[in-house]
Amino acid sequence: METSFLRGDSCLGQGARIKARGIRLAALSPMPCAVSLSDLMTHKIRILVAKPGLDGHDRGARIVARAFRDAGFEVIYGGLHQSPEQIVSAAIQEDVDLIGLSSLAGAHLYLFDKVIERLKAQGAEDIMVVGGGIICKKDAEKLKAIGVKEIFPPGTPLKDIVGWVEKNVKPR
Amino acid sequence: MGTLFKEDEVAKIALEKTAWQKHFQQKLPAGPSGKRDVTTVSGRKIQELYAPPDIESFDYRAKLGFPGQYPYTRGVQASMYRGRLWTMRMFAGLGSAKETNKRFHYLVDHGQTGLSTAFDMPTLMGYDTEDPRSQGEGGRCGVAIDTLKDMEILFDGLPVDQLTTSMTINPPAPVLWAMYIAMAEKRGVPRAKLGGTLQNDMLKEFIAQKTFMCPPEPSMRLIVDTIEFGTREVPGWNTISISGYHIREAGSTAVQELAFTLADGIAYVEAALERGLDVDAFAPRLSFFFNAHIDFFEEIAKYRAARRMWAEIMKKRFGATSERSLWLRFHTQTAGCSLAAAQPFNNVVRTAVEALAAVLGGTQSLHTNSFDEVLAIPTEEAATIALRTQQILAQETGVVNTIDPLGGSYFVETLTNEMEQAAHAYINKIDDMGGMLKAIERNYPQMEIADAAYQFQRELDENKRIMVGVNKYVEEDDIPVDIYHVDEALEERQIARTNEVKNSRDQRRAQESLERLAEACSGNENVMPSLIEAASAYCTLQEMCDVFRKAFGLYRDPGTF
Repeated sequence: METSFLRGDSCLGQGARIKARGIRLAALSPMPCAVSLSDLMTHKIRILVAKPGLDGHDRGARIVARAFRDAGFEVIYGGLHQSPEQIVSAAIQEDVDLIGLSSLAGAHLYLFDKVIERLKAQGAEDIMVVGGGIICKKDAEKLKAIGVKEIFPPGTPLKDIVGWVEKNVKPR
Repeated sequence: MGTLFKEDEVAKIALEKTAWQKHFQQKLPAGPSGKRDVTTVSGRKIQELYAPPDIESFDYRAKLGFPGQYPYTRGVQASMYRGRLWTMRMFAGLGSAKETNKRFHYLVDHGQTGLSTAFDMPTLMGYDTEDPRSQGEGGRCGVAIDTLKDMEILFDGLPVDQLTTSMTINPPAPVLWAMYIAMAEKRGVPRAKLGGTLQNDMLKEFIAQKTFMCPPEPSMRLIVDTIEFGTREVPGWNTISISGYHIREAGSTAVQELAFTLADGIAYVEAALERGLDVDAFAPRLSFFFNAHIDFFEEIAKYRAARRMWAEIMKKRFGATSERSLWLRFHTQTAGCSLAAAQPFNNVVRTAVEALAAVLGGTQSLHTNSFDEVLAIPTEEAATIALRTQQILAQETGVVNTIDPLGGSYFVETLTNEMEQAAHAYINKIDDMGGMLKAIERNYPQMEIADAAYQFQRELDENKRIMVGVNKYVEEDDIPVDIYHVDEALEERQIARTNEVKNSRDQRRAQESLERLAEACSGNENVMPSLIEAASAYCTLQEMCDVFRKAFGLYRDPGTF
């Protein structure tokens, strides 16, 4: 099982932009991690699925993370209660192509904006950001206007999300 | 063989049923329009028909009994709704204490009979509005409570000596309870007169809802402190609401919801017994909280099985002798996760069906979701429809006219038995692991739930499971609905108010009370008295929770999926 868990201040060190492609960290996973030759040779899309802020509703985020894994992407699940700074730090250190943010407690406008802002400040705006959760149409428009590439509202089929990633995200 | 049916008659009917099934198979249309493998929303297989042979060894006295009698399958109270309707208790909380107070009054004026408080994420996690972690989150999914002052505003004008209050709060539960008690006593209502419920169920937090603060062991200590304190000084209070609702919302099956909830209950009883409390002293004030999901009969069977199982657990496993120790009393909330964002008015129907299941299942208290629940905090209009749903069920439909109307149904009794058996298998497994705390350490219930959630989503995506408006009868343009919008200036005002409280309080009293609290935490002293003192001294929620964090450490999400 390719699970990888990172806390914000990762053991790889802050601020260092490391090409972590093909290397997995098994911080808490009981399964031994392995680097496969095929992973080193193919450039898989790497995605960080994260829950910013205090919201603990993680059913959707974990399901999407599994769907991404089943679709052949490399998935890092950031876990709960991550600050925007921690998320961006993890995204850079893990050298992901995409960040997927999940919010079901109403703080999405503030938090997703902070992530976008932070990516810009770190010179990492080539990392795409998408989001999902309890986000109404109006707010989805606002988020897209500030740089979130897509919002997947409740009821979006997994294949649509996976399909969007396959179509729009290229390994960097 | 049971005593209810004549053996030879049942045997005859069994043969006739087999013959009928052949006929049924012939009449069933070929291809997909003939439903063959039918399962509940939880994946439980359902036969095309149930008949006496399915409950042939049915022992009415042992398995059902009468309402208010062991094993309480048909209801915990003897008179049930003929004596008193379930409490209509609408979960509410938004923005500031003032705004929520307004919504509380509105709901009471419109006929609700109990209060239920929804807090915002910072409060749920034990942070003040001012903390950097709280930015953008204040008042968004519930009411912001920073100090006793907010609690006073929240219950302004509401008779806390006559109305019971439920508070959905977990890691900071003892703190909010202390504030509530302090608020009531300031008004001259002694704690011995207070009635209500604290959710205060940390095990299901680690499993499902995931509002975290301290690790499992100290969390259990705090919970037993509240149970003990309630037994001594606030006898009308349900100090814990052992919950399956959130376990179900996280994606579990109905059986998992039932099993994990009761397994959590077992862990709490064991913890209280370990403290030296007498089971009959505290068990009567343990309460439960279940989900009412969309598969109608499965839910009814679940509640009936729950009552029967808990009565047996309390009697046989824990040797409780007081009648009230055996009662599984529960609050129900209709399933948020069963609602759709698309075509939101359809949710009125979903909620009504789910509420009906809860009523036919004998719930003591009920919250019905508003149709806009999937989009935002409910508007007044949406919350009113949800409340009226309960009132219509109670006043117009006749479902309250007789107790446990589905008792004796071949289907419902079979399903009840099956749920009980399946849940017992889970509980035995958890027992073999060493109990729920050990099971949580091993990530067992969490992964069971994650697997069930993923399975359900796949079924939805493959159209094996249908949700109207989502994967069938989909409409391109949706009817726009008015939804609630948070006032952006709320956080600023809240922070200003809290600062005013902090500046004008007796600083020495506040500081000393926090030191006393720290002392209580480091020893064996019950934390409640020093919490009540700290709350009364207008310490903030975070100041008190930080004492817990310092004393007990922090719990972090394992981050598995």
